[in-house]
Amino acid sequence: MTSMTRRRSKVLPEHPDFLWANNITPKKAYDVIIIGAGGHGLATAYYLAKNHGITNVAILEKSWLAGGNMGRNTTIIRSNYLWDESAGIYDHSLKLWENLEEEVGYEMYFSQRGVMTLAHSVSDVRSKQRNFYANYVNDVDSVWLTPTEIKEIAPIVNISEDIRYPVMGATYQARGGIAKHDWVAWGYAKAAADMGVDIIQGCEVTGFNIVDGKVQGVKTNMGDIAAGKVGMVAAGHSSVLANMAGFDVPLQSRPLQALVSELLEQVLDTVIMSGAVHVYVSQAHKGELVMGAGTDSYNSYAQRGGFHVIEHQLAAACELFPIFERAHMLRTWGGIVDISPDASPIIGLTPVENLFINSGWGTGGFKATPGSGWVMAATIANGEPDKLAAPYALDRFVSGHLIDEHGAAGVAH
Amino acid sequence: MLHIPCPYCGPRDETEFHYGAEAHIAYPENPQSLDDAQWAKFVFIKANPKGWLAERWVHSAGCRRWFNVWRNTITHEFGPSYKPFTQQPKSPV
Amino acid sequence: MSNANFTFDGKKYTGVSGESLASALLRNGVVHFTNSSYKDRPRGLMGLWVEEPNALVNIDSGPGEPMKASTTIELVDGLVVRSSQGVGDLPDTRDNSRYDKVNRHVDVLVVGAGTAGLTAAKKFAALGKDVIVMDDQPGPGGHARHLGTEISAELLAVLDLANVTYLPRTTVQGLYDQGYLVATERRTDHLDAKVHTEVSRIRTWHIRADHTVLATGAFQRHLVFANNDRPGIMLSHSAATYVTRGANPFKTAVVVTIDNQGYRDALRLHEAGVTVAAVIDIRDAASGPAIAAVNSAGIRVITGKTALDSAASDSGQVCCLTIAKADGTQSETIDADLVAISGGWTPIVHLATFIGIKPTWDPALAAFVVKRDDKLTSTAGMLAGDFGDDNEAAVFFGPQLTTEQAEVAFVDYQRDATVRDFNRAIGAGMRSIEHVKRYTSIGTAHDQGKTSGTTTMGLIGQALGKAPDEIGSLTFRPPYISIPFAALAGRDRGLLSDPIRTTPIHAWHEKAGAPMEDVGQWKRPWFFPKNSENMHAAVLRECAAVREDVGVMDASTLGKIDLQGKDVGEFLDLIYTNMFSTLKVGMSRYGLMCGVDGMVFDDGVTTRISENHWLMTTTTGGAAKVLDWLEEWLQTEWTDLEVFCTSVTEQISTVAIVGPKSRELMSRLAPDLDVSNEAFAFMENKYADVAGVPARIARISFSGELAYEINVPGSFGLHIWEKVMSQGADLNITPYGTESMHVLRAEKGFVIVGQETDGTQTPQDLDMDWIVSKKKEDFIGKRSFARVDTSREGRHQLVGILPDDGSFVIPEGAYLVAGSDEKTPPPVAHIGYVTSSYASAALGRSFALALVANGLARKGEKIAVPMAGRVVTGIITDSVFVDKENARRDG
Repeated sequence: MTSMTRRRSKVLPEHPDFLWANNITPKKAYDVIIIGAGGHGLATAYYLAKNHGITNVAILEKSWLAGGNMGRNTTIIRSNYLWDESAGIYDHSLKLWENLEEEVGYEMYFSQRGVMTLAHSVSDVRSKQRNFYANYVNDVDSVWLTPTEIKEIAPIVNISEDIRYPVMGATYQARGGIAKHDWVAWGYAKAAADMGVDIIQGCEVTGFNIVDGKVQGVKTNMGDIAAGKVGMVAAGHSSVLANMAGFDVPLQSRPLQALVSELLEQVLDTVIMSGAVHVYVSQAHKGELVMGAGTDSYNSYAQRGGFHVIEHQLAAACELFPIFERAHMLRTWGGIVDISPDASPIIGLTPVENLFINSGWGTGGFKATPGSGWVMAATIANGEPDKLAAPYALDRFVSGHLIDEHGAAGVAH
Repeated sequence: MLHIPCPYCGPRDETEFHYGAEAHIAYPENPQSLDDAQWAKFVFIKANPKGWLAERWVHSAGCRRWFNVWRNTITHEFGPSYKPFTQQPKSPV
Repeated sequence: MSNANFTFDGKKYTGVSGESLASALLRNGVVHFTNSSYKDRPRGLMGLWVEEPNALVNIDSGPGEPMKASTTIELVDGLVVRSSQGVGDLPDTRDNSRYDKVNRHVDVLVVGAGTAGLTAAKKFAALGKDVIVMDDQPGPGGHARHLGTEISAELLAVLDLANVTYLPRTTVQGLYDQGYLVATERRTDHLDAKVHTEVSRIRTWHIRADHTVLATGAFQRHLVFANNDRPGIMLSHSAATYVTRGANPFKTAVVVTIDNQGYRDALRLHEAGVTVAAVIDIRDAASGPAIAAVNSAGIRVITGKTALDSAASDSGQVCCLTIAKADGTQSETIDADLVAISGGWTPIVHLATFIGIKPTWDPALAAFVVKRDDKLTSTAGMLAGDFGDDNEAAVFFGPQLTTEQAEVAFVDYQRDATVRDFNRAIGAGMRSIEHVKRYTSIGTAHDQGKTSGTTTMGLIGQALGKAPDEIGSLTFRPPYISIPFAALAGRDRGLLSDPIRTTPIHAWHEKAGAPMEDVGQWKRPWFFPKNSENMHAAVLRECAAVREDVGVMDASTLGKIDLQGKDVGEFLDLIYTNMFSTLKVGMSRYGLMCGVDGMVFDDGVTTRISENHWLMTTTTGGAAKVLDWLEEWLQTEWTDLEVFCTSVTEQISTVAIVGPKSRELMSRLAPDLDVSNEAFAFMENKYADVAGVPARIARISFSGELAYEINVPGSFGLHIWEKVMSQGADLNITPYGTESMHVLRAEKGFVIVGQETDGTQTPQDLDMDWIVSKKKEDFIGKRSFARVDTSREGRHQLVGILPDDGSFVIPEGAYLVAGSDEKTPPPVAHIGYVTSSYASAALGRSFALALVANGLARKGEKIAVPMAGRVVTGIITDSVFVDKENARRDG
């Protein structure tokens, strides 16, 4: 290596000159109010306008647009979950991803660089092979990799027998990958705003106007706003909103932490997840490593967690990827994720007429952004659950028809 | 790393405990008499407030005993802890 | 002061041992340090410590490290570094340094060993408190250390007190709830390279402090003007400090300031021999001792003006500065090869913001400060807004700029982000600092906005006509500075990354060459290959030996819970789906456990040792979970039940001898025991000395064969095993592992929790309705069986599968379709999936267990297995394949 070798950072494209208007005063009434301008809320408004011609819509965001989980995210995109219902919604979402930048007209750095999920024991291999075959019958792309094949795709993986839990194989979804979360949000926001949707930041919902079991509108810090239909799409605050509207949801809000390194030479060009060793990692376009693991164990709205969770995942990362020993942890952050009893979302009707819910995506919401917005828009527009959303109804907890994705949700994602 | 006030041992690091979510959810007297919606409430609904929560922890790596404690889910501040089946202290403000 | 030789970008230099690399380079006349990350603009050193944005290097010598600020590297002889252009290297070699961790409880943790920190430490030490003082610099004094002023001996003496621990080179990285802090101590980088292997390189401190004093001080910030990034444009405090210590390649300086600090630094430059051409003060009038001294020294002072633009010489270094009024008018140009900027002090608020404390804006100081004094946390010194006398400042971040000027007025040096980018962000509708950050990437690079944060808020404020604190809040996130992954991994590496659990018989298994299977944290022998056979051959041989002669298996890893008390029976009736309170003393019974949702989550055999003394076994992986479960019910729900639980998994070793010849072997091991079927029935327990060791022997079988489980105190396990091997030698005694154990039980249709179950199966789904008591009024899970979905037709049920090709073993996890869908390409509606699948010695062919929709009603139907590149067909059968009448279990 020459003594004057310096690596320069990659220049990323600029954002448009205009994204959205500020300080919009909300109208007295809208056809639809969406609560929450995160990825799912923005996508919902976009598809309401695009697919259903419903543009008299307001998105109410209590803080700054896409400032919740969408504002700091490890951005893994895949659709290789276990159950048929999951294949339905997640793969629909992935298909939307594949055309999203062009359709919305915004650079999102969507990169289908593959997602690899490692197996570290006999029982781990067994359950991941089941996932692999489930994907096969549902026509969701997936291959099984041997350790040697894993090493060919990702040379930095330690496949030696000497580590505590040696790698025994992996599933690999080539169509999976990553995208830049802020840009996804801004793309949807700009497109929705261009179609006439009002995005109102700094507007906090403080209550609901419900008459005879039917929602009439919301109360906010900017006054009452009437609406024909209201959609709650506020990850991290779904229970708070539901309780305001007088019903319960089986969610627990937990911290989810993640971290980035400084910009580093590119050594990893796919996404790798490990449930047993508890870490997942990708390397973004600029060069930073983006890593995460599981949630902290207790309920919290603080957007921070304990340092020991970080330390464990860094130890795991050093075991699996020895080349990262010298990488620096530059920044950690935490979000609030809504965990449901079966690690699957809650979408559709609520006990209040014309009030719809989309929540419970837990640690895996980003990948579903387009699909979630699509089905939520259809559900609101039609007043009944879209067929891909129907299995995720709130009342599945009464019937017992849970869609248990704890295994496929693996570590966090 | 929370410092959790075990009423038996005193405050200890979070990694010594397992979380038990909302406290005081009693097993129904007669489960067979509940309809599916009522039963689902028992099985799946646990409080998730933004603010003070009376929750359970078990000191797995210490005395192995369960206890309840008030904790603020926004600030992580702990209020009083109390043993199971004792008088619940008032919620802190 | 000794010399140290070092190499920078391939060139050799000499500096003063222990000075910073940045200082040494300046001393050697290196002003142009590197080029910027995106726009390739020449850049030079700006700051003194971690706030440095430009002079970053990759360290190649020693353990190596990418992306470190040269201001934080203490010079050692032999240092080899390369300048960085924004991207760090990751060499392929292992880092052999040792990293460790320490935990400490302390009364008071003081962060910062400057005047304020030492004053606080003195106060608490005098009260008898146990105090730790941490400072990220190599020596105490903070600011004073840089200013070269003496910190009083009285204050320094605090660090020698018996109840004070001083940790230099120790960065507090994070402040967390209830007084928890994480700090990293750099122990060897400043020492001779040879020391590295014997001492940990970085030590991570976990501190629980009753009280934390934050006395973290402040950085200086820059001003935003056109071409404000040239080499030779530095923070005034930094420039003055380097120059005072002899690292002085400059001739003529212009000082640009918004406060009196600029004047103090102008004096230091002047005293060190730099010609100070002028001090440019944006304020129209200011007073103070430093200003008076500057006037006395005859240094020109220009008020009401600020820096507007700069020009460079051929080398890229600044050669002159254009100053003007804030609106850009009345400009003049002054020659200088050093432009020293005092843009204001930015208190280091990071740690406070980590736990949600919001800094407040003090317009008189032009700074965000944190004033705090409560039980857990207090602040002191500059952080608390105590800037000393003589520190009035103007709220000013930079002059008005034309479009061209805005394109080269840098806000964030590391991102090459300019006022033009900033203006675009505002024009695009960005109003919150978080949006501006994301739009422009300002503040997101290696320095994480240490120099740009307050400036950005100020600029937004200037653009919108608001005060900086009306824009939002500065939030930082841990860590304070970047930390190597390996340091935080510490000793949790290699085989230490998770405890390894082995049974007392483990050494025998290893010596026999058995590959191990990881079952949770346990190592269990997977199979015992003979004569280099593969697993397939080993398993066929082991299974044949078990069903024809006698096999031996180490079952010690199964969870074992001792239960005592008068109400254990009643309790078990609630925990298990079947009846236990009626179990007779000395008998064992297999039980199934469900959650309140009715789904199976563990199983095992429980024995009634005496009236009020029971022993429960669980799955190997479920032991801890089940014990927690039992305690949860006993302590938080049914407190009136007298039941005491104790984990005894490791206190008991279990050796199972299995097969038709096990009776003969058992009689040899325990000659006084009547092993006849009449005397010792299935599921009965007997006590006898086995090979001289008191044992409890249970006739439990997981294979359907006659079997005896010999339970002894843990440490006798190996002794029993060896006796079994020697006494059974002529009986073809065959050790077998987890794989054969799996096959043998599958041939009998016995489920394995976690393999036939994934948390969504009821006992009825597993064709185990027989184990669901119809007599008990309630038990955990019962109510859920009656739910709409749980009781519906068509649920997946446990069946057997026989592939048409008996030599093909269907992969476990493979999905099944109806036979008529054999040729349908995916997506295809499936009817279930295979849970267990093996080649069977007993059957001479392959077989499988599967969960199939409505399976129990579909025996005899054809199925197909969709697989890429082959056609696999088969038939649904009963789940019991061998000895359907259960005749073999009595031998």
